Amino acid sequence: MTAGFLVLSAFLASAVEFVEALTIVLASGVARGWRSSLTGVAAATVVLAAIVAALGPALTVIPIDALRLVVGSLLLVFGLQWLRKAILRASGFKALHDEDAIFATELAEAQTAERVERAGIDWYGFTLSFKGVLLEGLEVAFIVLTFGSTQGSIPLAALGAAAALVLVAGIGIAVRAPLARVPENTMKFAVGIMLTTFGIFWATEGAGGHWPGSDAALPVVLAFVIASSAALVGLLRRRRSILVTA
Amino acid sequence: MSKIAAFGRFWWNFVVGDDWVAAALVAVAIGATAAIAAGGVATWWVLPLAVVAVLYVSLRRAIAA
Repeated sequence: MTAGFLVLSAFLASAVEFVEALTIVLASGVARGWRSSLTGVAAATVVLAAIVAALGPALTVIPIDALRLVVGSLLLVFGLQWLRKAILRASGFKALHDEDAIFATELAEAQTAERVERAGIDWYGFTLSFKGVLLEGLEVAFIVLTFGSTQGSIPLAALGAAAALVLVAGIGIAVRAPLARVPENTMKFAVGIMLTTFGIFWATEGAGGHWPGSDAALPVVLAFVIASSAALVGLLRRRRSILVTA
Repeated sequence: MSKIAAFGRFWWNFVVGDDWVAAALVAVAIGATAAIAAGGVATWWVLPLAVVAVLYVSLRRAIAA
């Protein structure tokens, strides 16, 4: 059960980040040339691989209770950020994430930027792709490492992330356009719920608490977070409709 | 801005995000969980309730801003 949650959480979180990275890489490639854009992707991938290779083994030597406390706390803070934005979007208080609009903005900025070439590489295109992939990839690395190390299976979390990468990159190469039809906002909501659920579960255990039924409590915590989030969306929607009509 | 300050700001934004109050309240809730657990009392209910309260406070702050 937790293995399924682990793979699904890593897959969803990674897919969301890869969709955002793809939008930036596409804008860079179309506006500044594919050579510079793909070189930026490759450089960022090398940096991310180095980060994972350095931190992965280091995390496995930390005692499990301390690891769960630290990771649970971080996931809780991280998950609440995602959940807050998702609830604000679902209730209409924040604009929905629009990959087409983001692509248009990135493209316009990339087309007007000055061209500076170093070693045959357009520096703006390289930097745009490098930063986009590194920043989005860092979130994926964070989720894979924290989820994987706490559950004792970094490879399983990496499997979820790799599946998301293959899927998003495959569709991206096929359509060569931002993946605007991906239900990104719904996926972000799901990721926020998963991160918060795991955060509650592990932070409680790391702080010395015990769950009734042990791992069997995880789906109950998940249901509680979903129900609470849905209730908050409903509350905010009513508040927004009152504000709009007033 | 110095590179060290920029590095620190990046990690602050990455982990804490745009609502430091929510992060601080989570830290307080986890501390309370540890304190109650040390007293030998069941603590599994503390964080779920705290998270809903923190989320509510954070949403109110976001809307007010």
